[in-house]
Amino acid sequence: MKEPQITKDVIREHGITDEEYATISGILGRKPTFTELGIFSVMWSEHCSYKSSRVHLKKFPTKAPWVIQGPGENAGVIDIGDGIACVFKMESHNHPSFIEPYQGAATGVGGILRDIFTMGARPIASLNSLRFGPLSESYHKYLFGGVVAGIAGYGNCMGVPTVGGEIYCHSCYSGNILVNAFNLGIAKTDKIFYGKAQGPGNLVVYVGSKTGRDGIHGVTMASEEFTDDAHQKRPNVQIGDPFTEKLLLEACLEAMDKGLVVGIQDMGGAGLTSSSSEMAGRAGTGVELELSLVPTREEGMIPYEIMLSESQERMLIVTTEDKKDELIAVFDKWDIDGFVIGKVTDDGFLRVKWHGETYAEIPAASISELAPIYERPIKRPQWQDSINKLSLEKIKTKTGKVVDSNYYDVEYYNNVLLQLAASPSIASKRLVYEEYDHMVQINTLVLPGRSDSAVVRIRGTNKAVAMSVDCNSRYCYLDPYVGGMLTLCEAARNVACSGARPLAITDCLNFGNPEKPEVMWQFSEAVRGIAEACDKLNTPVVSGNVSLYNETKGNAIYPTPTVVMVGVLDGWDKVLTQDFKQAGDVILLIGDTFNDLGGSEYLYVCHDIEQGMPPAVILEKEAALIELLIELNEGGLIKSAHDCSEGGLMVTLMESALSGNVGVQCELSSVWYPSLRVDSLLFGESPTRVVISVDGAMMALVKDRAQGKGLNAYMVGHVIDNGADNMFNICLNNKQLVQLPMVTIKNVYDEALGRALERT
Amino acid sequence: MIGIVVFPGSNCEYDCYHVVKEVLKTDGCFIWHKERHIDSSIKALILPGGFSFGDYLRTGAIARFSPVIDAVSQFAAEGKLVLGICNGFQILLEAGLLPGAMLKNKNLKYICKDVYLKINKKSTSPFISEYKGRDVVKIPIAHGEGNYYAYPDTLKALHDENSIVFRYCTADGQVTDDVNPNGSVENIAGIANANGNVLGMMPHPERCSEDILGNRDGLAIFESMVKAIRQAAL
Repeated sequence: MKEPQITKDVIREHGITDEEYATISGILGRKPTFTELGIFSVMWSEHCSYKSSRVHLKKFPTKAPWVIQGPGENAGVIDIGDGIACVFKMESHNHPSFIEPYQGAATGVGGILRDIFTMGARPIASLNSLRFGPLSESYHKYLFGGVVAGIAGYGNCMGVPTVGGEIYCHSCYSGNILVNAFNLGIAKTDKIFYGKAQGPGNLVVYVGSKTGRDGIHGVTMASEEFTDDAHQKRPNVQIGDPFTEKLLLEACLEAMDKGLVVGIQDMGGAGLTSSSSEMAGRAGTGVELELSLVPTREEGMIPYEIMLSESQERMLIVTTEDKKDELIAVFDKWDIDGFVIGKVTDDGFLRVKWHGETYAEIPAASISELAPIYERPIKRPQWQDSINKLSLEKIKTKTGKVVDSNYYDVEYYNNVLLQLAASPSIASKRLVYEEYDHMVQINTLVLPGRSDSAVVRIRGTNKAVAMSVDCNSRYCYLDPYVGGMLTLCEAARNVACSGARPLAITDCLNFGNPEKPEVMWQFSEAVRGIAEACDKLNTPVVSGNVSLYNETKGNAIYPTPTVVMVGVLDGWDKVLTQDFKQAGDVILLIGDTFNDLGGSEYLYVCHDIEQGMPPAVILEKEAALIELLIELNEGGLIKSAHDCSEGGLMVTLMESALSGNVGVQCELSSVWYPSLRVDSLLFGESPTRVVISVDGAMMALVKDRAQGKGLNAYMVGHVIDNGADNMFNICLNNKQLVQLPMVTIKNVYDEALGRALERT
Repeated sequence: MIGIVVFPGSNCEYDCYHVVKEVLKTDGCFIWHKERHIDSSIKALILPGGFSFGDYLRTGAIARFSPVIDAVSQFAAEGKLVLGICNGFQILLEAGLLPGAMLKNKNLKYICKDVYLKINKKSTSPFISEYKGRDVVKIPIAHGEGNYYAYPDTLKALHDENSIVFRYCTADGQVTDDVNPNGSVENIAGIANANGNVLGMMPHPERCSEDILGNRDGLAIFESMVKAIRQAAL
């Protein structure tokens, strides 16, 4: 077959620069063939090569005694004791989900699940982080419904529970939504499988769905800005088949268990190209493929298309000659096709043949090792200073009264609380998590909405895993360095609020166009902030994903470095939840409160202000707070814990009361001091704070323990239970600040998201 | 021994096995859908939840053609216990072991949440013997097609035989439209055959059979099965 000529236009259409083309020619010692050009274009795309981000990612700490596998494999692996490993990763599927929400999100889930079971782990818990434009935009209502249904459609069918997540709506995502999918699986520490094509002479086996023309250049699409014709790229989005993936999961785990697998990798982004070249590259071997043996879905597919297809639900396995038949028999039992399509060689080349003729011959290691690395220019945006200025005199009531430092007005604060309760990032996500099967596998110890973290038990042990996904992108926009730290701290605090010890993170770094120095500055600063916090809290980064070019028509999203913290708790029965448990219990606020209104949900929702500096965080205090929570929980001294984040102290109290189905009576004078604004006290977002409830008899002891860690604990009130008459009562210096029936708050909180999605 | 029938796409088989083995300390085993014979050591069957064959067509519509179905029918005809949970219930309907059919949930969405069930105390089905004095229990549902439908004469027969075992209700046992999660006719959540030895139910009792999960209202169903097996052995 004669391939197309390589012209300047063809090179440009592949997104390859002149220098990159020169490097390719240098590696090969000749001009590339069309198939080779295609291979380099996908492998050197931003999505696969991390060419803009790699220099910065080196800042992340990646080691700890419990880390078995850090970044560079299909997923990260940590040792949690008892011979059990947690395998986890988060990945973005932003671009496809914007174009085709159901399939984009569904295949995002499918991809992350393959990353986990390809390492020999059974997936046990999924989380996700979703960001849409304002739900007043009808297209975003459609995207919201489609993405949630896609996640549900794939995850539910797979029988993997979706146990937690976060949702934000903001105009910065109007042209680029974010769909970040996380999964965690469990394996035995001595039964981890890697994506390595070891042993020259071994066979390369293709298993799973047939290869079609879908998804060709999907990763290239994910490495470009959107323009007006984004919707013409709909055919680039792959179609998911969760049933086939479920069979593939069971067959792969069975084959691994029977010792039939030498190395294995899923065919995700860049399909057969990335799996074959990366497996050879990692093992220092070569791979020779005969593409006429690849099962295709359509007639007449050429080598270029077969290598670049991103058809879903496919894996590449390396096995030995003597185990081949047994391996294929396992897949046959599960009605999954398996074909030998090549072999491992010792010459280091990725060699692609089709009916005996060679179409590509590339030194396999060079594809990743010699991939371009860009130290892109970095520049702090000119507008950064102006957005860091916060003019408090702009905070006014609807009637024009300035809300000054000592503003007392029950009606105003009541309204603020109800507005916050209705904000999509705070309001109940019940209608979302009820669409996800969050109970299958019967390990879900904390149902969604009852804790800052999702908590699942590890059967066969007494341990539970806690996970929390977080990112406050407004903070990152106002100051990416501080925002990065705050993101990591919140995730760690959330895990500690379930009583678990935070151990490691995975991340999904979503940013705009890296060719813009301002975006690279945001990226570099956010990574620096996360890295410092990881270092201080001793929670290394073990896996992750970078998604750049989240821009449409030149408008970048807010920097959104999403992280998932994973922690472990000894004792299923020791899981701490956020709900207030019993009338009469004392409510304590641990941590200090400052005038931290910059970047707050309160100013954004109630005053349309996104200005100022995000709150400063002291990492030593954060580490102390985490230790304190773990210690108090282990000692059985506390009944509930809930972190203060968006909406500040009031929203934290509100959520603990709502989930406990109780009321509160609070007097905040112990927290207050004359220079603290009343609205900062109520709705400011000083970090490193947690609301706990304790038996009255334990209060002095808990305060002592906090003091011992250098933290202040303030008694703020009591849990009240008068049934249907429960009230949310907040006073300061004996003056009423907030007074609302719990049933009023509950109605707003429960119904807000549904109403926002219904309105036309 | 309780046999758990596994179809391609089943995903609650390990959950059911866990309850049988770890909670009830009873022997359990898996039966692959391609089997044509059920071993005589197996005294009861569970068809677990999941998405058999992906449920890309009507739920259970392909699974009913699996080789194992004839053996399951024979097993049921001998009066032995067959429990279909969720997708298992859907398969029993498609296979004709229970009357009626499933439609998509009225809101066209998958729903996973706790619901309350009113137990029909007139039913003599052995699956509910251990509920004793209780007539309202809380058990979660998780399905996209649980909207049970049957023709009026079928419904009349179900009533006449006291075969409607579970109906969706309020926490205090009122069967109302407001608490019907999926549009099911007469709030039906589970039915038995006339003999009572075949039970299909949309809610998942295996998901609430342990204290650590915060609810053990489902355990009595499995305990009832074990009790019935023991009595049959006497």
